[in-house]
Amino acid sequence: MLYVESADKTYPNGTRALAGLNLEVEEGEIVAVVGGSGCGKSTFLRLAAGLDQPTRGRIRLDGETITKPDPRVGIVFQEPRLLPWLTVEQNVGFGLADRPRAERERLVREVLERVGLQNYAHCWPRELSGGQAQRVAIARALAPHPKVLLLDEPFSALDAFTRASLHEHLLSLWHAFRPTLVLVTHDVEEASVLADRVLVMQPNPGRIAASIDVDLARPRDRYGSEIEAMRRRILWALDKSLRRESGEDLSPAAAI
Amino acid sequence: MTTIERFENPGEARDSRLVSATHPTSDKKPKRNAERFLLGIALPILLGLGWEIAVRAGIAQGRLMPPPSRIFQTLYSLAVTGELFIHIGATLGRVGAGFALGVIGGTLVGAIAGASRLSREFLDPSLQGLRSVPSIAWVPLFILWLGIFEESKIALIAVGCFFPIYLGVLGAIQSVDRKTVEVGRVFRLTTTQLVRRILLPAILPAYVVALRQGLGLGWMFVVAAEFMGASEGLGYLLIDGQQLGKPDQIIAAIVTFAILGKITDGLIASGTAPFLTWQDAYAPKH
Repeated sequence: MLYVESADKTYPNGTRALAGLNLEVEEGEIVAVVGGSGCGKSTFLRLAAGLDQPTRGRIRLDGETITKPDPRVGIVFQEPRLLPWLTVEQNVGFGLADRPRAERERLVREVLERVGLQNYAHCWPRELSGGQAQRVAIARALAPHPKVLLLDEPFSALDAFTRASLHEHLLSLWHAFRPTLVLVTHDVEEASVLADRVLVMQPNPGRIAASIDVDLARPRDRYGSEIEAMRRRILWALDKSLRRESGEDLSPAAAI
Repeated sequence: MTTIERFENPGEARDSRLVSATHPTSDKKPKRNAERFLLGIALPILLGLGWEIAVRAGIAQGRLMPPPSRIFQTLYSLAVTGELFIHIGATLGRVGAGFALGVIGGTLVGAIAGASRLSREFLDPSLQGLRSVPSIAWVPLFILWLGIFEESKIALIAVGCFFPIYLGVLGAIQSVDRKTVEVGRVFRLTTTQLVRRILLPAILPAYVVALRQGLGLGWMFVVAAEFMGASEGLGYLLIDGQQLGKPDQIIAAIVTFAILGKITDGLIASGTAPFLTWQDAYAPKH
């Protein structure tokens, strides 16, 4: 279980990026976080990754407070951030340096097969397309089998076809490893196709405006009417959250 | 999974072409290199031949600008007596010692200045100030301090090599991508691991460029150093040729400088090339 307990984050320049964020994410759950810019969604991920500290409140994973990067938490950024001097294989094994060689090789092979890049193990990052590079980045984050995988708009720089293909890859990885996924995204369709639950956040200060359960069976048809309806519902909540002045009634129930 | 296949297959075909295009087949590459070598050497050969013919035909005198045959003759006679190799050895020794000192100093100070904002703001302004002093201006001081023999010459060369290497190291450290460093943080690297696994490889390409620039300046300053009074060395051959009116000896020394400079630069480039094959823009020069 990932608990966020009234997490506040105020940056030194005075921006209040998060105000009393409360959240529970169950093990193996897929949560998508959507919201306009400045709503604190990336800040939330950085706190959960242990890259930043909350000003107040705390984030706990299985009872332990996260204060620094944790081996049980993996993160994928918007850019692949592969190390250009390492081959695909070495990049994927980057977080496994302390494991015995045989185990490292096994973990790397396993996850590379899952993302369909076993034939690219010895390629340099410069030889990959954007979608392949991001698949390597996901493989690198998942290779040590983290309990939680955080994704910060990981597909936003890709074209629609590549993005759809990566959604499938991500779901197949999720089926195999069952990590908890927290996905920050701008793309409402992506949220409806992937998530069990969609959190709509609003800015000034950053907080949750609405929580929408997506109880649709998988595999989901991204062109089907159910996804379309869900998409509208999320968009409507987003729209409302952006229009509402701060200081009004903010309970998630009222927002839906 | 069918969706994956549907999306994947055309992509896979495209990407395999891409991969094979970035690895040129091995029989093509040497041919291209030979072609480039012949093309590059064509101009000096043509000019040399033209001058040789002009002098032999009596169109030009060739007293102040001797034809290639006389230059090679001079080189040959210097070589058979072994004199040439004494001069080459002396010059190489000075460049080697000065370059080594400059590399050690430039790398250490550059790394210290790059390590923190405090150390950079403390060191960099003074070093930038010293850098704007023309290096030759140190000569009188070095002679007073270190005498007219080897020490002052090596010191001058070391100063010349120091600055490009210092600047290269500092600049490379400052331009390491914060996002790449963050990847190291995510995987909980210690400071030592961060330096070894992320900073050093990230800096290497710029460091190689700095080394090559430093060595180039080393060759420049060895001539200045040898002008300030030497009894052997290629710079001495230049001065000796001027004083005794032997232009063929001057040009022979210049040709030797060119060859040695190219060879030593090539050694750095090819010695580091295996570590830089990952680079996007890296095209081997040799």
